Amino acid sequence: MTEFLQQLLNGLSLGAIYALIALGYTMVYGVLRFINFAHSDVFMVGAFIGYFAGRQLPQGTVLGGLAALAAAMAGCAILGIVIERLVYRPLRGGPTLNVLITAIGMSLFLEYTGQLVFGATPRAFPPIFPAKVIAVHGLIVSLNQVIVIVVTAVLMVALELAVYRTKIGTAMRAVALNPRAAQLVGINIDVVISFTFGLGSALAGAGGVLYALNYPSIDPLMGVVPGLKAFVAAVLGGVGNIPGAALGALILGMVETFVDGSRWSTYKDAIAFATLIGILLFRPAGLLGRYTAEKV
Amino acid sequence: MPKPFIALLAAVLVAFGVSHYSDRIDPYYLDVMTGVGINIILAVSLNLVNGYTGQFSLGHAGFMSVGAYLSAAITLLLGPRLLGDSGGTALQQGLLFLAALVAGGLGASLAGLAVGIPSLRLKGDYLALVTLGFGEIIRVVFQNVEALGGALGLNGIPNYTTVFWVYSFAALTVFTVVCLVRSTYGRGFIATHDDEIAAEAVGLNTTRYKTVAFVVGAFFAGVAGGLYGHFKLTITPTGFDLTKSIEIVVMVILGGMGNTPGVILAAILLTILPEVLRSVDQYRMIMYALLLIVLMLARPKGLFNFDYVAIASRLRRKPRPARE
Repeated sequence: MTEFLQQLLNGLSLGAIYALIALGYTMVYGVLRFINFAHSDVFMVGAFIGYFAGRQLPQGTVLGGLAALAAAMAGCAILGIVIERLVYRPLRGGPTLNVLITAIGMSLFLEYTGQLVFGATPRAFPPIFPAKVIAVHGLIVSLNQVIVIVVTAVLMVALELAVYRTKIGTAMRAVALNPRAAQLVGINIDVVISFTFGLGSALAGAGGVLYALNYPSIDPLMGVVPGLKAFVAAVLGGVGNIPGAALGALILGMVETFVDGSRWSTYKDAIAFATLIGILLFRPAGLLGRYTAEKV
Repeated sequence: MPKPFIALLAAVLVAFGVSHYSDRIDPYYLDVMTGVGINIILAVSLNLVNGYTGQFSLGHAGFMSVGAYLSAAITLLLGPRLLGDSGGTALQQGLLFLAALVAGGLGASLAGLAVGIPSLRLKGDYLALVTLGFGEIIRVVFQNVEALGGALGLNGIPNYTTVFWVYSFAALTVFTVVCLVRSTYGRGFIATHDDEIAAEAVGLNTTRYKTVAFVVGAFFAGVAGGLYGHFKLTITPTGFDLTKSIEIVVMVILGGMGNTPGVILAAILLTILPEVLRSVDQYRMIMYALLLIVLMLARPKGLFNFDYVAIASRLRRKPRPARE
């Protein structure tokens, strides 16, 4: 029973990180209908900003940790907006596949620039938050896990408020629903898309720092695998659907943790995809996505 | 004899001729040539799925790995038994290699069938993700099968791949894809690509077309995998990951979807480019990435996709007719 609860907790914290990345994928897909492959590398840049900020700040304090987190979020938001402005905007309205290839190019560019600037060897991430372990009835809870879950919960509530309670959030949903109609009622599409990229990238930056806290070895290619998993999570929940992304990430985090703890652990990566395929076969638009019949 | 057959035969003969004198060619150039040929097979076969039929597959490297492993297993395990200690004559080796390649291709096309039937009711990005997922699953399975070397992969594969085999199969791939698409039956692929609903309305079984495209594409990917394995002499599961699939997709898109000559040129260019950039090794991949972005911004329809009407009218110095 304790072991089960322990795995549940581990799965929850892994799922929380996947959720932060998946939200960025799903929001960009919602407004622009394309897979932003470079998103997983924005996540990597977030971890590196956290690394450099963490070395300047007092380590092992909650305030210092939060400051590093905020720095990573701000830095990634700017990076996301710049990428959209320079690379994706000129292609807007073009064929989806071209945008996709451009995104792949951007992803490779960030990865290899990262290798040139930061070096390919992994670096140890500094313990920016106080390292404490709490034991409750044999259940081992590290403070890092608590921080991951709390920060994710706070950010998701903030996102929910931003999307449903603010003017720009309403505009975002309008653009996702119908970009042309949104333009007709006076919404500045460019501003909304920039905002979406900024928001999604900030979440990825936070995800990068939180991921590095739990797996404290960072390198320029660290984003590839979590990015892919997070994208799987987004599709699992129904891509373009914000609660869906969170749900999908949670399911994926749980499944992975439980498989990791069993004797099938070497099949971990395959089972994430098998889950996705299994769900897509029965619900082709994802768990919470709505399947729209094509009209002629 | 119809023209395409003559072209195929001529290509095979030329490949045989070049291969016969291959010891006079610098080994480095020979390696690059072999790499180019394998990439042509991969890109042209993926073009049938992604370009002509309009289904976005990201699992080509997965099918390639099935072919690579199956054919390598045949030459490694069955080879010594069939050929004996002496290693057999060149003809016997060639026949064994041909059988291994075809078996690898058939195995890959079976995998293609297994992937295609359940996933082809998905569309666009979802299909891309499912094919990606199948590719990754195949990779993880190979990583876990101890008989196939696990994560270390298979080593000591006999060096059977020559320019003759690579370019004969490249010619066969181009021949098959071009003839298939130009045939009466093959018009269905293009119809499925252009408008699925309209194609169904006139009585075409679009699911059938998609499956056929998948199976044929996977066959040649498997053959390419076999050639690759007997060229590199060692294969590991990580060599067939998503990066490899993306590399092939990039060739297809840069060449222009559904434009076989363009795709061949793109495969040649994108194989040689990293070699040329080897002198600036540090910046090689950055330049590759930047080039991808710039090409997509500057030539959105593919590098080798020209608007012949526009060029012709510009040559005649007449204003272009207004089009709706």
